[in-house]
Order: sequence, then structure tokens, then C-alpha cells
Amino acid sequence: MQADYFFKKKRNTLSFLSILGAVTILAIIITEYNVIKGFSSLPKAVEWGLMNFYPTQESLTKLPAILDKLIETLLVSIAATTTGAVVALLFAILGSNTTRVNAFFGSISRGIATIFRNIDVAAWAMILLFSFGQSSLTGYFALFFGSFGFLTRAFVETIDEVSGGSVEALQATGAGYFSIIFQSVIPSSLPQMISWILFMIETNIRSATLIGLLTGSGIGFTFNLYYKSLNYDVASLVVVVIIAAILFIESVSNYVRRAVL
Amino acid sequence: MEANEQLTSAKQLLDPHLQKKIRIKTLTKSSVVIRSTLIILALLTVYAFFSFDYKQLDVGEAALSTFANLKAMFLEPHLEHFTFTHALYQVFVTLGLAFLTTLFGAIIAVFLGLLAAENLTNKRVSTVIKGFVAFIRAVPTVLWVLIFAVAAGLGSVAAVIGMTFHSVSYLVKAYSESFEELDKGVIEALQASGANWWQIIFHAVIPSSLTYLISWTFLRFEINFAVAIAMGAAAGAGGIGFDMFMASSFYLDIREIGAITYFVLAIAILLEMAAIRFKKKLKVNGQ
Repeated sequence: MQADYFFKKKRNTLSFLSILGAVTILAIIITEYNVIKGFSSLPKAVEWGLMNFYPTQESLTKLPAILDKLIETLLVSIAATTTGAVVALLFAILGSNTTRVNAFFGSISRGIATIFRNIDVAAWAMILLFSFGQSSLTGYFALFFGSFGFLTRAFVETIDEVSGGSVEALQATGAGYFSIIFQSVIPSSLPQMISWILFMIETNIRSATLIGLLTGSGIGFTFNLYYKSLNYDVASLVVVVIIAAILFIESVSNYVRRAVL
Repeated sequence: MEANEQLTSAKQLLDPHLQKKIRIKTLTKSSVVIRSTLIILALLTVYAFFSFDYKQLDVGEAALSTFANLKAMFLEPHLEHFTFTHALYQVFVTLGLAFLTTLFGAIIAVFLGLLAAENLTNKRVSTVIKGFVAFIRAVPTVLWVLIFAVAAGLGSVAAVIGMTFHSVSYLVKAYSESFEELDKGVIEALQASGANWWQIIFHAVIPSSLTYLISWTFLRFEINFAVAIAMGAAAGAGGIGFDMFMASSFYLDIREIGAITYFVLAIAILLEMAAIRFKKKLKVNGQ
């Protein structure tokens, strides 16, 4: 019996590892990934980075312009997250199993959120680029759609987790639908929701850089401009500024999280 | 006489001037922070809308044309510049990029995660690794890929290595947190019986957190699929993302983007459903 157990365990591990190995080899072939080049490029990249990729004295003159673009990107990310969160709250209340009006609207609102979530922000940016051009609104709407989809899923889970019992209790006392939502569901899930919103802002700032690269606006475009023109010292300054901004936002949101949860 | 007295006291109670309002909500630190966070976010949002760079854009007209584009995209998708099999193959290339990234990321992250868990090493090592990982996470993935592209050239090598950086930092955070959840008594008992560090890792730490590790890794695979599409578009990493970028920027063919979006959507939803089923199964087995 005991030997059998260990034999089975060993066999399961072995078959899992061989499947993993086969898929890895398949993936290496299909993506034309060069394993040797992968290992050898790592020290090369570090060497290149130490030689070229640091801000110099003269690149600091570009700092005001870079900061200007950074603030624009931060504002776009925050605006997209908060407006996305408002719409997501509405859809989450309609989509959650505890607070939905009926099963039909519930599955419709969750289905819409699933579609929006699974189209990547980069895809949204390319679609919106056709009509909104190189304005801030392209990035705003791309981030808005992505945030809306993600936050709806997060909010639905929060509502289900937090307010299952209290909704039932309030229904038993004869409270109306809206008073249940506003007096119980929203207040009790608000701390969790704020934590999700802050997480989304952090994610959106990173995505905004990517969208900027694709659509030609914000800090991503600034990076691309200097990167493509081989001005690596200024490009590295942009990276430093982005790191500083993201670490700052992360520490603020960690503080808020500790205070509210 | 007594009844009269009672009546006056009842009147006093009902008198609005004498009535003292009972405070239901108390002002705690958490409610102050919640309120101020919401107010600051709202103010920043309003300010953002005023400061946007609209570039003389007619918002209503642009929104209408976006609706028309979306309608064309989703209702009349077609493939013109490449065939169905080519698109399907490119989807698998993207999946392959995501798989390799997740695999490399997971292997590195398990070791770093063990070193970053406070209960397995000392506090100093843990703080150093966590700080290092937070720094890596702060740089957006696309910048990692582009930085590596200078040394390795544009292509799958730069994409996989650049994306691995972010996967490592994400997974180290997730893994080390699940390692830290392990009961302190288990480690102590094994140490007392004379087990060395590796024995503790392989017989207690990893088996007890395996379900968490698997579900975090699968979640990262889902994220990496989306990231791989974006990297294909922004950093020339190949795969379906590059085709999407070509359809958008060179052929300007909204219907082709629609067809590619359907491909991506199908895979993403399949992955999400697989993840949900996977988690349910793990939960049943774990309990």
C-alpha cells in the first residue's frame, strides 16, 4: 500500500514533467526562440546598459518636458480608472448573484464585462486610434474599457464575498432594494473596492506607457521618440521618472490599503 | 397624575429641540481615509478632463465613427492580407511566447520567492529581494522588452526575456506571500527533527502551498497571453499581435482587426474558463 502510494506519486510527477517538457520544446520551435542567444544576450544587455543607459547632465534639461508628459499620463490613468469604476459598480450590482435584479440581466451584464475585459488595452488603443487620432482621449477610452471590464469582475467577487448574509437579513426585515444596496452592500464592500481601484490605477499607468507607444501620446511616446533616435541617455531618464512615479503611487496606495482594510 | 407625567415626558421626547441625534456612523481613521481618497480621486478626474489634450477633436463625431467602426469590426470581419491558417498559427506563436515566459518566470520566481519569504530566511535577505522585485515591477514590460531588444535584436528572444522580468517580479510577490502563510510550527518541528533547509522546502513548504502556486502561475499565464499580444504590436515580437498592428497601422483595415479580435477573444475566454474549472478542481482536491 505504502509502496504503491509512492510509486503512483512518482509516476504522476514524471508524467507531468514530461508533458511540460514536450510543450516547452514545441513552444521553442514555434516561436523560433533561440535558447543559446537567450542566455548569451543577458550579460550583453547588462553590459550595454551600464555603458549607455543612464541619464547624463545634459539630458536633465529635458526633465521639465518629460514631467509634463508624465503628469498627463498619470491624469489619463486616474480619470479612466475612476470613471471605469463608477460604471463597473453599476454592472457589478446588476451582475452579482446576491444583488442582481434577475438572472437574465445578471448574465447579460457579466457577459458584457467579460468581452471588454478580454480585449486587451493595446487592441482597444489600435481600434480607437482610427477615430480619435493622437489625442489623449484614445488612451483614456482604451484604459476606461479595460478598467471597466476588470473592475466589474473584481467588484462582483467583492460583493458576493462581503454581503451575502446581510442582504438576506435586510430582505427579511422588509427593506427595499435601493436601501439594501446603499445602506449595506456599498458601505460594506467599499474598502475592498478602493483597494481594487488603487491596484487598477497602478496597472493603468504601466499600460498607459504601452498605449502611448502605440498611439503617439503621453510618456510612452516621449520614450519612443528618444529611443528610436538613439538618445539613450534621455530615454533612461524617462524610465527613471516612470519608476519614481510608480513607486510613489504604490507607497500611497499601500498606506491607504493599510488604513482602510 | 402619574399618567400626566408620563405624557409630558413622552412629549419631551418627541420635541425636536430636545431630541438628541444619535450618531450611527463614527468618524474612524478608516472612514476618513476612504472619504478623502474618494474625494481626491474625483477632483483629479475632473481636473484631468479639463487638462486633456483634445487636439480640436469633435468628441461626438469621433464617438459616432467609433461606433460605426466597432459595428463593421464585429459584424463584418474578414481576413484579407493573411489566411485563416496563418492567423491560427500566429495565435499559437503568441501562446508559445506566453508559455515560455511563464515557465522561465515560474522557475526563477520559486527560488527568489523562497529567499523572499520571511519565515524561511532572515528579514534582511527578504527585504532586499522584495525591494529589488518592486523595482523590476515598476518598469513597464514594454520598456524591458525594448531595452533588451537593443542587445538581442527585435524578436522572440528580446520579447521572452523582457516579459520574463515582469513575470518574475509578479510571481515572487505571490509565491513568497503564500510561503509565508505556512504554519510556523511545521518548520520548527522539522528543524527539531534535524531536517536541513532543502528537506524543509521540498517536504513541507512546497507541498503545502502547491495549489496556490499553481493557480497564481496559471493566472500569470493568462496575463502573459495578453502581454504577448501587446508586445507583438509594440515591440515586434511576432505572433497575432504583430498582425493586428499591421492591420491597424499599415493596411488600415478595421474588418481585419475585427477578425483578429475574435481569435484573441476566443482564446482569452477559453483560458478564463479553464482557469475557473482548474481552481474548482484544486479546491476539491485540496480540502
